[in-house]
Amino acid sequence: MSTVKPGYTRPLDVRNGRIDLSHGGGGRAMAQLIEELFAAAFDNEYLAQGNDGAVLAMPSAGGRLVMATDAHVVSPLFFPGGDIGCLSVHGTVNDVAVMGARPLWLAASFVLEEGFPLSDLKRIVESMANAAKSAGVSVVTGDTKVVERGKGDGVFITTTGVGVLPKGLDLSGNKATPGDVILLSGTIGDHGMAIMSKRENLAFDAPIESDTAALHGLVADMLASGSGIRVLRDPTRGGLATTLNEIAKQSGVGMQLDESSIPVRPVVDAACEFLGLDPLYIANEGKLVAICAPEDAGGLLAVMRAHPLGRESAIIGTVHADPHHFVQMKTRFGGRRNVDWLSGEQLPRIC
Amino acid sequence: MKYVDEFRDGELANGLASTIARAADTGRNYSFMEFCGGHTHAISRYGVTDLLPANIQMIHGPGCPVCVLPIGRIDLAIGLALDQGVILCTYGDTLRVPASDGLSLMKAKARGGDVRMIYSTADVLAIARDNPDRDVVFLAIGFETTTPPTALLIEQAKNEGIGNLSVLCNHVLTPSAITHILESPEVREYGTLPLDGFIGPSHVSTVIGTQPYEHFAREYRKPVVISGFEPLDVMQGILMLVRQVNEGRAEVENEFFRAVTRGGNRKAQTLVAKIFELRRTFEWRGLGEVPYSALQIRSEYAAFDAEQRYGLRYAPVADNKACECGAILRGVKKPTDCKIFGTVCTPETPMGSCMVSSEGACAAHYTYGRFKDVEIVAA
Repeated sequence: MSTVKPGYTRPLDVRNGRIDLSHGGGGRAMAQLIEELFAAAFDNEYLAQGNDGAVLAMPSAGGRLVMATDAHVVSPLFFPGGDIGCLSVHGTVNDVAVMGARPLWLAASFVLEEGFPLSDLKRIVESMANAAKSAGVSVVTGDTKVVERGKGDGVFITTTGVGVLPKGLDLSGNKATPGDVILLSGTIGDHGMAIMSKRENLAFDAPIESDTAALHGLVADMLASGSGIRVLRDPTRGGLATTLNEIAKQSGVGMQLDESSIPVRPVVDAACEFLGLDPLYIANEGKLVAICAPEDAGGLLAVMRAHPLGRESAIIGTVHADPHHFVQMKTRFGGRRNVDWLSGEQLPRIC
Repeated sequence: MKYVDEFRDGELANGLASTIARAADTGRNYSFMEFCGGHTHAISRYGVTDLLPANIQMIHGPGCPVCVLPIGRIDLAIGLALDQGVILCTYGDTLRVPASDGLSLMKAKARGGDVRMIYSTADVLAIARDNPDRDVVFLAIGFETTTPPTALLIEQAKNEGIGNLSVLCNHVLTPSAITHILESPEVREYGTLPLDGFIGPSHVSTVIGTQPYEHFAREYRKPVVISGFEPLDVMQGILMLVRQVNEGRAEVENEFFRAVTRGGNRKAQTLVAKIFELRRTFEWRGLGEVPYSALQIRSEYAAFDAEQRYGLRYAPVADNKACECGAILRGVKKPTDCKIFGTVCTPETPMGSCMVSSEGACAAHYTYGRFKDVEIVAA
């Protein structure tokens, strides 16, 4: 009989424990953090193998892979309607989904700051796990680093997503054509203003919740409808205005929007007014823009409105020829104005 | 939004536009200066000029506090942040104003200066309380609207015995700037700046009232209509100016009567007078030295005056030679008259101050209106 005692490690003290440099040092403490927190939360066959990478089986022959990655540095880490955990899943799932692909796998990289409470990290990881489960994606590999106190902001999370693109589908920001119709899946500015409402020196009691959500289901319904969708994009940082300017530039076209058709929650509108901001430039995390052939717009709008995440969808404008690639808008007031690229940062570090 | 959307109603705007078109005499041109940057922003953002007849011209005036702050004053603040190690607090747009040596307060922050954007002077007080071992300086800018909060900050700091807070005061006065414009050679001698009247600043008037403008109307025969910042307010103000011009009147009228009275806010005026006194002269970017156009902190509150506390000496710095901000601020030139507008000078890389704040004439035209400079090809 062996006289060697089994290794004994105290379980993670999630309630009172804090991240220290050993949690990123590559030794036992790091292995314990990964095993007891990350692997337990994201539990799946790939992670269970404990390798540095995951070997993935292609679910459909002839399909193509879509890969997207996104770093998440949001302050505060917990905000009305979500937290950095679910945000880091939704952000990347949506980047994959708006390419038309079915998101399947995520890689997650954590940069943790020394001193960060383990209880908060557990909340974040569980939120990620729930979001991934709801979105039907698995976190199959990851990485953990710890930086010294003062050199991070609690937690930074980078997620990389992989999805499978059906054969023959080709959505791209350079496919908008004069005459096309621009659709939006719902109200704008909710995420950015939810973050703003909780910022340190701006706390105001506005009942605004982030719209953070995974859009793959809505996208799947839209694609299944057979509509002639040319472009899908989720208007995150920089808001709707920046996204439309990006597409206009990529496609070499201009756009004409109608302000009165762009949905904005009254409370978001009021908060923007109070702070002197324009909702067109405020970040969203659960909305998409679609550009399609004019004959398909009505049908596509009906499909979008039938989905829970697209109930407030609207046709907001049209694409036209313009060598200057201006996005213009007919204002609610009856005048016209440019909807320009965002200059600088309207909201520092919101997503 | 109740009480806001009512002033952005497209149908009402169309009705008002028809009334203005009927009132405007087709046999003449009307040139009105909107003094305040808030009006410039509203006119551009809502496309108000699209609803006006072609013979009504709006001229952007010097009423953007960020635009008229000279480079040398920003340099003083940057020096405090980088060389004296103070916590430098100021309002948002001020952070981006280009200063000497390719710097701005934002760039000074990237170089290690502790520069903080604040939303109200209450934030400054909180920062000073939370950092008793650090010196905190508030770079105060603005017209009569932002002056009372600065006065309150100084009074509160004195009452609470907060010793680590001071104010670098750059508060300027609206009536002095309007006088400067009306006395300028472009208006009085050359006639290169046609001026038939002013849309007067509303928020400023909530503090100082309408009475200070009666002098211009009387002495210079220029009608003034104090208007709110909502687009319908601006259009109503334009209609009132057109009517005054048609009838040969030159009076001060108050469109913004829902918040402005003739006497203004006496309590705020008393507080400002208690803390501040007139400066003999102050440099405005684009306008040069303007006598009695700004405020300084009274000697009784010298402990809270950053200029005295740190022995600051102001040194004027010339604008970039190609920049036409000066002429644009005086209304003599339009943004598109500037050679570097939209090429070298953009909101991302502003050369002049008019391109910095969204209330600046150049930034407003670049952001909202530059599509009007080019032909759009039909679909």
